Amino acid sequence: MPVIIPADSVGLVSPQSLHIDTPITLDCGRTLASYDLTYETYGQLNADKSNAVLICHALSGDHHAAGYHDMEDKKPGWWDTAIGPGKAIDTNHFFVVSLNNLGGCKGSTGPTSINPETGKIYGPDFPIVTVSDWVKSQSVLADHLGVQQWAAVVGGSLGGMQAMQWAISLPDRLRHVLIIAAAPKLSAQNIAFNEVARTAIKSDPDFHDGHYTAHDTLPKHGLGLARMLGHITYLSDVAMGEKFGRELRNDTINYGYDVDFQIESYLRYQSENFVDRFDANTYLLMTKALDYFDPAKEFNDDLTATMAQIKAKCLVVSFSTDWRFSPERSNEIVNAMLNAGTDVTYAEIEAHQGHDAFLMPIARYIEIFQTYMQKIAAENGDS
Amino acid sequence: MNLRIDLQIISDWIPDGARVLDLGCGNGTLLTHLQQRNVSGYGLEIDNGKFADCIKSGVNVIQADLDQGLHQFADQSFDFVILSQTLQAIKRPDFLLQEIARVGKQGIIGFPNFGHWQCRLQLALGGHMPVSKTLPNEWFDTPNIHLCTINDFEQLCSNNNIAVLSRSIVNHKHKDTLGTRLLPNLFGQVALYQIQPK
Repeated sequence: MPVIIPADSVGLVSPQSLHIDTPITLDCGRTLASYDLTYETYGQLNADKSNAVLICHALSGDHHAAGYHDMEDKKPGWWDTAIGPGKAIDTNHFFVVSLNNLGGCKGSTGPTSINPETGKIYGPDFPIVTVSDWVKSQSVLADHLGVQQWAAVVGGSLGGMQAMQWAISLPDRLRHVLIIAAAPKLSAQNIAFNEVARTAIKSDPDFHDGHYTAHDTLPKHGLGLARMLGHITYLSDVAMGEKFGRELRNDTINYGYDVDFQIESYLRYQSENFVDRFDANTYLLMTKALDYFDPAKEFNDDLTATMAQIKAKCLVVSFSTDWRFSPERSNEIVNAMLNAGTDVTYAEIEAHQGHDAFLMPIARYIEIFQTYMQKIAAENGDS
Repeated sequence: MNLRIDLQIISDWIPDGARVLDLGCGNGTLLTHLQQRNVSGYGLEIDNGKFADCIKSGVNVIQADLDQGLHQFADQSFDFVILSQTLQAIKRPDFLLQEIARVGKQGIIGFPNFGHWQCRLQLALGGHMPVSKTLPNEWFDTPNIHLCTINDFEQLCSNNNIAVLSRSIVNHKHKDTLGTRLLPNLFGQVALYQIQPK
């Protein structure tokens, strides 16, 4: 619980919901006649609506990116390190919009919502959405907010992929794009990890082909395993070594199959903590959205031609020990941008935290992030 | 803002609207200056400390290690590739020179001349590795691992089928004097070359 809310926090925030009656046709060919998007905003939209920044979330993220929902909250929003007054995305300058993506499980229409056609929960029948579908639905939210052009679209990991897709698909609707710890598409290894996660979920006896709600149960074991696996890929070997090493939980090994090492205990905690707050069908959907992401596909697999669509100025950031989306993957993005002549700045941050580094207050990362955002604010005549 | 004279010379060689790649762009001074003349492009820099300055100036800066070459760039994709005061810190200057000639329609190279009389005197009479205003480090902590003279550089260009289009040799105040004109390898402290593949 934050006894007092820190001065650089956006403070207490409340989610809002937008009901959209204009049908959306998804890449999979199916159409949703209507849907809801849950979102939060921080800061004030200026008179000419030029200071809006869109935050795109990663696999298990949601609309609650900054601040607190109530004084009982143990933690602030997931990107509170970067969003707030005086922070990298300074809410004194910017109007920040963060939403729960379509297909999510935190308020926006997704597998846990009621299908208006059947009156029952969608569950596994919810259509698979893609990164392009998200951009399309996010642009409807932008229209609703009166934002014709974002000052910046910002995201890390899967969020960075959405930001990239924005710049490619709707080049006139953003002036800057910040693509952090992302990749131009998943590698076979990335897809393989996702498939193990999906198999863990689907092989849980409580999964019931995705209809677990009808059976009044949850595939907690499988979802927990998927989360454990995810966590291993989010951290680096070094970070895990520093945090846990071979530290024992009870000073002695037990010659049994229960928890001996602290890392085991940590993974179990992460998994238990996750299964109560995340929906398994949504997890499956998010991993598929990742697997399918490949913006160059529309451009004959020519990444340079893909990046040539971009009119926004780009900041690309990677982290040295990120092995999920390594600096080499960011280099692929940047090299294509360079050959396309796109305005781009690229920094590889020395950080031991692995993929998770994009959420951490690492000095050089924040300095570059903040300087870039201040430059945007200055362009807006708001320095 | 007045540019350092060597950067001014480089700037004078670059026409308005050109597309340039500045290798080892530092805090982006040259590119910031060139932006006023609609010159676009990128700076490559490996030094963490100078990034924020480039971003503040609106210079496109890419973190890259020049020792890896310029593999990310297509042949002849820039009007000018600039390497100012960095050649001597490169692991394989010959390789980078070839890369500059590949990626740029023209290259501009500036380096400290190790053939300057003070360097020669320090080694010949003092018996020590030279330390000067343009090369202030001791031999053991210097980033300048591949120092060369004007003659060495011209030899390297010739060996690599690279033509020298123009040359400007100046002293440490970056001024052109009678000495630098008559005996450049003896009196020149900073050498600037405009090059092109033959």
